[in-house]
Amino acid sequence: MAQLFAYITHTQGKLEDSAAELLVAASKFGGDPVIGIVTGSGGDLDTACQEAAKRYSNVWKFDHAELGYPNAEKVRKLLTDVLPSDAIVLMAHDTFGMDLGPGLSIKLDSAFAADVVGIEAVSDGVATLVRQEYAGMAHAHVTCDLSKGAVLTLRPGVFQPEEDASTSGQVEDKSGDVGDLTTNRNFIEVVEAEIGDVDITKSDVLVSVGRGIEDEENIELAEELAEAMGAVVSCSRPIVDAKWLEKSRQVGTSGQTVKPKVYMAMGISGSFQHLGGIKGSPFIVAVNKNPKAPIFQVADVGIVEDILEFMPELTEKIQEG
Amino acid sequence: MDILVCVKRVPDTAENEIEIKSDGTGIDEDDLVYSVNEWDNYAVEEAIQIRDRVGGTVTVVTVGDDESEEVLRREMAMGADKGILLSDDAFDGSDGRGIATILKAEIEKGQYDLVLTGALADDGAGQVGGMLAAMLDWPYASVVNSIDVRDDKKIKVGREIEGGNQEVNEIALPCVLSIQTGINEPRYVGIRGIRKVASVDIPVHGASDLGIAADAVGATGARVKRVDYFTPEMGEGAEMLDGSIEEKIDKLIEMLKAKGGLK
Ligand SMILES: Cc1cc2nc3c(=O)[nH]c(=O)nc-3n(C[C@H](O)[C@H](O)[C@H](O)COP(=O)(O)OP(=O)(O)OC[C@H]3O[C@@H](n4cnc5c(N)ncnc54)[C@H](O)[C@@H]3O)c2cc1C
Ligand SMILES: Nc1ncnc2c1ncn2[C@@H]1O[C@H](COP(=O)(O)O)[C@@H](O)[C@H]1O
Repeated sequence: MAQLFAYITHTQGKLEDSAAELLVAASKFGGDPVIGIVTGSGGDLDTACQEAAKRYSNVWKFDHAELGYPNAEKVRKLLTDVLPSDAIVLMAHDTFGMDLGPGLSIKLDSAFAADVVGIEAVSDGVATLVRQEYAGMAHAHVTCDLSKGAVLTLRPGVFQPEEDASTSGQVEDKSGDVGDLTTNRNFIEVVEAEIGDVDITKSDVLVSVGRGIEDEENIELAEELAEAMGAVVSCSRPIVDAKWLEKSRQVGTSGQTVKPKVYMAMGISGSFQHLGGIKGSPFIVAVNKNPKAPIFQVADVGIVEDILEFMPELTEKIQEG
Repeated sequence: MDILVCVKRVPDTAENEIEIKSDGTGIDEDDLVYSVNEWDNYAVEEAIQIRDRVGGTVTVVTVGDDESEEVLRREMAMGADKGILLSDDAFDGSDGRGIATILKAEIEKGQYDLVLTGALADDGAGQVGGMLAAMLDWPYASVVNSIDVRDDKKIKVGREIEGGNQEVNEIALPCVLSIQTGINEPRYVGIRGIRKVASVDIPVHGASDLGIAADAVGATGARVKRVDYFTPEMGEGAEMLDGSIEEKIDKLIEMLKAKGGLK
């Protein structure tokens, strides 16, 4: 079995949740303990390495001024230099993993599997993985040939750790192995998301609309329902892309993280990027005209109806009291 | 600036219920509505806007079968100057690396300053753009939500990262970018627009035209292969309310009151 590596991400020294999840995924492969790789510079990196060593028995630290901001192009260059070509490399399927992973697999001449949601078996140099296709509407088993190494990105939130961190691992300073990190893409700045007119994170009840709302003028139906319920309107990404609602109302990994008591998902299919923004296990009501919509897997209550009919009737009934 | 945009014909998941065939070998393709991958439409719109600002050309390319020609024509009706279809039996069953290998060969036959892909397609991987860039040894940025052309050597690119924040980079040309939805508002294409480009010639290139060894792509070259589709054992899932719409509403109102969703 080839050596496993997990690329651990951190923000100013604080590890992402994926750090623990990658370890769970790695354990499905058997073999030698996975090596955690942490890159960055200075005190933040030291903090991150110490945190990582509470879970990983082996941590490789790469300290370099050029790695201070995680520019995937630089990290890819580094990993291509320092990893054995048959390495099995795990990372989170987040916007950083999407930036780093595919190209890394080419540079290492290894197989690549993205957004893995299950690792069912590993034998004879082949991993049997579970992935989703068609916006979560179909599950597929895929085989991944590990013989020349592999890069896998894992869906955040799926590989949940059971135990608290309790290892006291070794941090090995590998900074001396860092070679040339010049790249043709260079980081300038991070621009924070704009703050909008309402703060959807403050509301206990959200009426959230998705593409099922079909038309801009139908947004009114959601606003009326929200008003009757004393709720606030939020939405999925396509509604923001279409400029029907402000970005600050978007729930999801690239929008807001909300923790309401009740979440009304109206014409939302239930992509993992959307669900990633709903925390604190609210009571989820899903109304969707497709009985097979993935949202029904995670909702508490499901109703198969056309929201354009359902919302006004519900509003009316509530107003009647 | 000469721009190449990679596009894919996919079943429209907003329009279809995806049904798995009972033997798990595929999805039921009868009655499926196909369209161009949502993300690719934004990529083509972005390319057209850049061309209209700074000059140059927009070419759309796809790896697919004869039916994929329709998405090329649709994007040409939007304003792309040229379409290229990459098609060969040897391409069937390609994994992401295979698709990127085919696209790379076509790119090397031309002269492009910028290659755009979508951030994601129907297989949910988001892999082809990053692979292509690494094969070409060009810089890459994923999930791009703004492009500012500085001159013919450098562009300023915004990537949408977690929380809706934007990471801004300076990137040297030529490069590959994967485009996120919302970067622009793709223009509407009517039937008339498509009719106008109905007879434009679309060249078809196969493995030998592109100088690709047949075993480097297709099912033989693939290291990642789909075995089957299946319906997973799910947890309980939602409690589904049934009855008439009035009955459902009454039940829901009860539940909402109990859960604090209604006073
Ligand atoms: C990097 C990245 C980040 C992303 N971040 C986010 C994010 O933060 N938030 C987010 O939401 N998405 C995000 N996405 C997009 C995500 O992948 C999905 O495309 C999106 O969530 C789909 O939104 P939707 O459910 O509204 O639309 P769809 O998936 O199109 O679903 C629409 C649903 O409405 C139903 N429907 C249609 N008409 C009706 C009707 N009349 N009545 C009832 N039901 C109806 C359909 O059956 C369908 O289930 C991100 C994607 C990427 C690649
Ligand atoms: N068969 C194909 N032909 C052309 N471009 C493709 C093809 N498959 C994927 N792409 C491009 O790669 C992007 C990401 O797709 P994927 O990596 O399959 O999720 C798509 O949005 C397209 O731009």
